[in-house]
Amino acid sequence: MGILGVYLRKIYTLFRGEVLVLPSRIVVFLFFLVLLFLPVVTQDLYLLRILILTSIFAILAASWDLLSGYTGQMNFGHALFFGVGAYTAALLNLHAHIPPYGSIPLGGLAAVLAGLVIGIPCLRLRGTYLALTTLAFPIILMGIVFAIPGITGGELGVSGLSRLSSSRLYDYYITVVLMLGLCTIMWKITDSKTGIIFHAIREDELAVRTSGINVTRYKLLAFSLSGFFAGISGGLYAHFMRIAGPSTLEVSMSFTVVIWAVFGGIVTIYGPVGAVFILFPLLEFFRFWPEFRMLLFAVVILLILLYMPNGILPWVRDKIEKECPRCKVRNVATRKTCRVCVAPLD
Amino acid sequence: MILDIIISGLINGSVYALLAIGFSLIYGAARIVNLAHTAFYMVASYCIYFATHKLGVHPVLAMLAAIILVTLIGLVCYQLFINPIREHEAAVLIATIAMAMAMQEIMLIIFTGDYLSVPSLIGGYLKIFGVKIAYQQLLTFGVALLILAGVWALLKKTRVGLAIRSTAQDREVANLMGMNESRVAMITMGISVGLAAFAGAVVVPLTVVNPHMWMHPLIFMLAIVVLGGLGSLKGSFVGAYILGFTEASVVFLIPLGAFLKGSVALSVMILVLLIRPEGLFGVAFEEER
Repeated sequence: MGILGVYLRKIYTLFRGEVLVLPSRIVVFLFFLVLLFLPVVTQDLYLLRILILTSIFAILAASWDLLSGYTGQMNFGHALFFGVGAYTAALLNLHAHIPPYGSIPLGGLAAVLAGLVIGIPCLRLRGTYLALTTLAFPIILMGIVFAIPGITGGELGVSGLSRLSSSRLYDYYITVVLMLGLCTIMWKITDSKTGIIFHAIREDELAVRTSGINVTRYKLLAFSLSGFFAGISGGLYAHFMRIAGPSTLEVSMSFTVVIWAVFGGIVTIYGPVGAVFILFPLLEFFRFWPEFRMLLFAVVILLILLYMPNGILPWVRDKIEKECPRCKVRNVATRKTCRVCVAPLD
Repeated sequence: MILDIIISGLINGSVYALLAIGFSLIYGAARIVNLAHTAFYMVASYCIYFATHKLGVHPVLAMLAAIILVTLIGLVCYQLFINPIREHEAAVLIATIAMAMAMQEIMLIIFTGDYLSVPSLIGGYLKIFGVKIAYQQLLTFGVALLILAGVWALLKKTRVGLAIRSTAQDREVANLMGMNESRVAMITMGISVGLAAFAGAVVVPLTVVNPHMWMHPLIFMLAIVVLGGLGSLKGSFVGAYILGFTEASVVFLIPLGAFLKGSVALSVMILVLLIRPEGLFGVAFEEER
């Protein structure tokens, strides 16, 4: 009993010292808590459905940020990974009868392959060329999908997949826990040594190369990692909707991912995730005015970008926190002195 | 068959050239990737439809009015949404996509999603070796070439053209030489949107008007611009005809070609890029570090 008390107190001190000191960490903590315990309060099927889809797209948006935000390889064809993941999972499930827990990771691996296939030609391109070239790949694949309706179902897609799990509640927990887990992994990756190299490649590729780092290998790594996470979200989507159709490859799908990520703030991982959790339910809310739905969506994005061109979440974060000028530790905006080095703030 | 391909390739190529050159101009002079470019083309088509069908204006007058109106809309959009965030490249991309979406939705609300059409300016057709060529098609082709020549003259023979070209080469030095960089960007935006509206005007009698008509040309236009080299007008011109003919031959020669035309055209673009990463006539921009 005594031992347990000591550990509990230790955990509480850690919690107070590391989480409660910064409002952004409290928000993230509450976000985890609310998502995990929401079904205790309500089990409304419609609400759960929206949150499941939101979680799936949050993985997708974060994976775009991992590639395009961090390494600066503007990918305008992210729907390719999503579509490849969805179609692979669907075909494997339907023809080879692989259950979802097998077909979704395999879909992710197929998307890694797709990432390598498009990553290798794209190594020579940069900037706007890269953005506009990557836009082409999902369209090419979509043409192929339409041209061989025997395998892919053409316009109708592959339907009749097995369910993700037996009930909506389990679906919810599978997707939400996966989303929280995968996004944490992505955040950890970007925080690691690899992530710093990704950062450096975006800032100055030449300098990275002169430091003796194999840029090619890291770019391909970014393409495959991002492809893997996007492929998993594609597989989840296919199994949740029980259909993998050409809509997963559409140009608007690629654009939507970019909209989410830029809206939330790139090079953050938490930005795109937060943006999906703001924009996707907002779009559902706008369905009360069906004919103005997309118009309102577009106007919201235009207005937000006008005032916060770096994305909404970094803007909010800068309002409630400031960085210590001496030791670069973040502090609550209300503090007068830094919490670590006691240097006066601002 | 071959004649079909040639005619359809020439007409598509000319329209794509109009669009791609407008896009290239604004990219070159201001480094703005305007993904709403073809949305302006769609809005112009709708304006012409509205003026001819609802107001009963003569089609030629309607086209002129539409071009002026759409250019003004373009300038207003530029001032409101693009100019304030110009230094944030990613934000500009999203802003232009959102603008295109907004325009599409506004057209959907006003005109619904029906497929509309505008009658030809001149009827009748010519028969060469058993292939029908409508006079309207010839007119479209001729006008498109005329406008392209006009743009060329504007860029090469006038002071404004000189300013645009020098800003495209090096913004900072152009600014130092006394060209008001933001005004050049504004004028270029006007010309660029005007060209998109012109493309809409010449193509509207040959196609159906609907709110989603901007998507397909957008993809092709981007492919052409990348194929020809970003910011290179010659590249855009040549690339437009290459992809125009590729599209036409895929549609006429391959079964199920209508599905594959986008795929093949974009594969051509990727093949070219694999050999020449800066596009056919790519201008080597100074490495922006």
